[in-house]
Amino acid sequence: MLTRAIDELVRREGPQVLAGLIRWSGDFDLAEEAFQVACAQALEAWPRRGLPRRPGAWLTTVARRRAVDLMRRRRPDVPLEPEMLELLELHGSPGAEYAEPGEPPEVEDDRLRLLFTVCHPALAPAAQVALALRTLCGLTTSEIARAHLEPEATTAQRMVRAKRKIAEAGIPFEVPAADRLSERLDGVLSTIYLVFNEGFSATEGESWIRPDLCAEAIRLGRLVVELLPDTPEAEGLLALMLLHDARRPSRTAADGTLVPLEEQDRTCWDRAGIIEGTAVLDRAVARGRAGPYQLQAAIAALHARAARPEDTDWPQIAALYGALLRTTPGPIVELNAAAAVAMAHGAEAGLAWMERLERSGALDGYHLLPASQADLLRRLGRTEEARAAYGRALALVRHPAERRFLERRLAELG
Amino acid sequence: MQYIVLIYGSEKGWSSMAKEGIEQMYAEYRKYSEDLAKAGVMRGGSELKPTSTATTVRVRGGKRQVTDGPFAETKEQLGGFYLIEVPNLEAALDWAAKCPSARDGSIEVRPLASGGPA
Repeated sequence: MLTRAIDELVRREGPQVLAGLIRWSGDFDLAEEAFQVACAQALEAWPRRGLPRRPGAWLTTVARRRAVDLMRRRRPDVPLEPEMLELLELHGSPGAEYAEPGEPPEVEDDRLRLLFTVCHPALAPAAQVALALRTLCGLTTSEIARAHLEPEATTAQRMVRAKRKIAEAGIPFEVPAADRLSERLDGVLSTIYLVFNEGFSATEGESWIRPDLCAEAIRLGRLVVELLPDTPEAEGLLALMLLHDARRPSRTAADGTLVPLEEQDRTCWDRAGIIEGTAVLDRAVARGRAGPYQLQAAIAALHARAARPEDTDWPQIAALYGALLRTTPGPIVELNAAAAVAMAHGAEAGLAWMERLERSGALDGYHLLPASQADLLRRLGRTEEARAAYGRALALVRHPAERRFLERRLAELG
Repeated sequence: MQYIVLIYGSEKGWSSMAKEGIEQMYAEYRKYSEDLAKAGVMRGGSELKPTSTATTVRVRGGKRQVTDGPFAETKEQLGGFYLIEVPNLEAALDWAAKCPSARDGSIEVRPLASGGPA
């Protein structure tokens, strides 16, 4: 039991300690190695000596001693920076780890610095995610590799390359300046959303949904909200992911076929997830700075609130899509807006919009355009045209779960 | 750290530009160079003559092979460079983004291998 509690404690304190070590040493690998040693020592020492008052400080002290050892061994000719030794003195006197706590170090800041460093746009998105999960969420390389359906060696290689780039290209370990913060935060949020989307409608692999990836993205989303409390768009993203994820159990049938929203068994939706997502969204909206993630979360909340498909507030959803189009114009948002307009104001209006989109060519090759047209034509009883549109969608669709759904619909037309 | 700021753009666009456009571009580059110098980060740099003046040399099996033109045909060509010294990548990117050609071309930023000549 005690080992389990210690394990839990190390997991919780770990990311803060590691982030501090990275800032202190300026060296990811050294920090990680020293951190591993400190964790191993904690598992060994704490059951015998009892828990230190400040487990984080204990881990930091042990890891720093180890890091200095490692540095001396690696390059005996290079003198250590005085600043580093000073910090070591401060925390390194014998028994200090069991002493009365002083001022807590600026750990929150360190995790935030680490977040912006590993999510720097100069790093490949996949590497950003892997490094963030490894260093900030304490996931193992094999856990990350499994979620991304790639060999562990590939994930490891990706992280090695990214760490090398951080060091060699001089990516700073800092929170961006105020005038860059929102731009950089956008990048962090879109990377997280990318992971969630890949999990929610996977383009690779056997299953259409990959819950591991969704869970990872939500974990990162929670972290950003925790580190940057007054950031409505970060809350908006977290709410959006929670609300989508709450519907996950009902999105595929037993045979893996996609189940459309109106046919989903709403009793399977995760109530706790919906309540949490809605609460996070309410907090975000109360800050009075709307943005695309909050708008999308509001749409998801309206779907989640409807006990039956016919209870859905489509006019409100169509209006939200209108607002979303103004903040983030783009053909895919337009397609969604057209589908909402069809439900709110009649299929003909939606179809006319989709036909304009088709003529513009902006969605050439995207299977959901003909699939959406097919659905509206089916509702209008224009069977021949619906059949042709399903045919066009089937020629473009990639994932088997979506393909099976379209084939089913086509077969139902008779 | 020292970074090289490589300026890539379309030579075709450049050569078909009207006289006033070219003059304005040069004025912007003069201003940019001055700003770099004033900030104390400028270590060197130059515009390059077009790729039509480029010659590529390789030594294979001890024999020199000289060919006309740049190493690879690309949509954007290297048209000039700056060498700057700044604390980190973020600062280097801030300067690169201010380069006049960043608006229609692309600027590649790379650290020097040694952090600067010894």
